[in-house]
Amino acid sequence: MPMWEESSLVRVVPTARPRKLAKVPFVELAAGRLQGVVSSGSDVSRVYVSSVASGDFAFACRTNNNRPCGGARGGFCNHIGAMVGEAVLQYGGARVARYLQTDTADGDAAPTAQQLAAAMSAARPQQAADAQAVTGQVFARFLRHLAYLELPATTAPLPEMHWFPTAGAVA
Amino acid sequence: MMRADLLTGELPGLDEALAAVDAFDQVLAGGLLRPQPAQAAGLTALANAVAGSPIAALVAEAAEKAAAGVAGEEHLLALAAGRTALFGAVHDAVVARVDEATGRPREATPPFEPGAPLPANLLASARAWLCDVARAGWRGLDHELAAGAAQVVSALLPAPELRRLAVLLDGFAAELAASCPGRTLGRIPLRRWADLWARGMLLTQPGAVTGAGAGAETAALTGRLLPLGVDLHEHATAVHAQVHAVFEPADGGPARLVRASVSAPKPDTVVGAGVWQLLRPHLSLLAAAGEGHAMELTGMPVTDEGDLLWSEERTRVDESADVFTTARVALPTVRAGATAPLDRHPARIAEPVLVEGYTVDRSGDEVAFVVGGERLAVDTGRLPAASPLTAQAVAGSRACIGLLRWDAGRFLLQPLAVQSAAKSRTAVVQAGAWAGGTADKSGAKAEKAATDTVTVLRERAGRLLRS
Ligand SMILES: [Zn+2]
Repeated sequence: MPMWEESSLVRVVPTARPRKLAKVPFVELAAGRLQGVVSSGSDVSRVYVSSVASGDFAFACRTNNNRPCGGARGGFCNHIGAMVGEAVLQYGGARVARYLQTDTADGDAAPTAQQLAAAMSAARPQQAADAQAVTGQVFARFLRHLAYLELPATTAPLPEMHWFPTAGAVA
Repeated sequence: MMRADLLTGELPGLDEALAAVDAFDQVLAGGLLRPQPAQAAGLTALANAVAGSPIAALVAEAAEKAAAGVAGEEHLLALAAGRTALFGAVHDAVVARVDEATGRPREATPPFEPGAPLPANLLASARAWLCDVARAGWRGLDHELAAGAAQVVSALLPAPELRRLAVLLDGFAAELAASCPGRTLGRIPLRRWADLWARGMLLTQPGAVTGAGAGAETAALTGRLLPLGVDLHEHATAVHAQVHAVFEPADGGPARLVRASVSAPKPDTVVGAGVWQLLRPHLSLLAAAGEGHAMELTGMPVTDEGDLLWSEERTRVDESADVFTTARVALPTVRAGATAPLDRHPARIAEPVLVEGYTVDRSGDEVAFVVGGERLAVDTGRLPAASPLTAQAVAGSRACIGLLRWDAGRFLLQPLAVQSAAKSRTAVVQAGAWAGGTADKSGAKAEKAATDTVTVLRERAGRLLRS
């Protein structure tokens, strides 16, 4: 596709789709994982840090104080389920499936969150061996993400942003 | 009246320059760790293409070292400079054609004045990451390498004078991260990534940009500012809006094209109306442009490029000003701004024009205006998400204010405002109509959703960042 290769302004990453953040304030496809932060249903000061690795779906779910989630001993807990659901809202099922390398990627229709979770669970994934380290990394990513709100706006021109045209409404 | 026929003709020297660029861009796909013979040829092509320029010897030496797999940072920088010089020539050819088509005089490019030195350690860490990327190549990308930018960007972002480099690296690294692992990449945005890489390399040079982050202030403007439209840019973690306008000096001197900019870093979940919410408190001109008002400026600093260095206390909202009246009455006699030496790249061209008397062609997979038998493609993909201006409104228009752009070897029109073709009404729809807020039902709903998003994030930040 020559246009793609010879364009300075082609859109490589689609804009995130709007979603409500109350339940899952943070989700991202990064470092070879789907990872995010899920609010606790009962305690406002507690959050769960959840992740699923691309390829083998090794999972982790621990609190922000790095204590294991009781629901994630033998398989995916509700927090991981919620995270997958919000990831599908934010990125679309096709992009999540491609990143995680699930077999739901074939066919034209983008997989739903239920199909993705079922496909991964069917592979009988294991707890990630480095769950504790991953939790720390993901939580640091969340804090870094929040810090973007604290940075000041500026009226100095940013010519570099011409390489990032708005991509408009995502269907 | 713009001469659209000039936009479809060939540009002198373009094919040769782009052939050398393409050859070099292929080199970066494989990376410079263990260069193959085909890559050596690509490096030679770049060196040959700049053989007549002042940097010929530097680029030739760098190409040789790189082909042998022993390029140091200074050599990679020379290669980036060589590629940038080629695009500088392409830029000049495209701008000359734009000026012919608009019949607009343009300010001469000012000589390059190096800016004040920036923190060397931060620039060095950015350069080291970019050099690692060039060695790995797009096919050698992995998560670790892509993630390596995060620390660099976090250190750069808080410093206003490093913001340009920071937002560039942040947007670039996010694309690389989303494309890992590189060995499974189907298609590669070769020109785009090489653009971002080369620009990043140049921005890591001490003195490449001035302290203000842009050109130096050269005059102070007093007079009337008539907005033409709003151009929005965004990646996952930054947003930037630029208002294009005509400035009419109070002393009766010639009118000129100017721009006012505002930008903010953002979390990736702030989108749509949320980006206008982040920007609007810092640039009253956004609301004025959206609502169709002129502004009065008193001693507003401006650069040679026509960038206003905005300061709210030097402004006052003026009477209403219809954008199409501005485009028909004021735009034909304006002078265009110069291009800063570092900005001589075709992707930076955004020339305000008025196009009318066209028929709309929707036969292909894109909208095009046919003006005097010539087809001008319309980039309906870059309309803001929170905007009443849609591809459909563009297709049903009879007059359009837009930015003339150039990408992938052809001119494109980016719509800023249209006048409806429907006989019953002469409604004007602007891309930035909602920049200052909106009473429109769907627009207001998006505003509310965006407010909720920021509320949740601020609440979390309050709890976690300061605990
Ligand atoms: Zn859990």
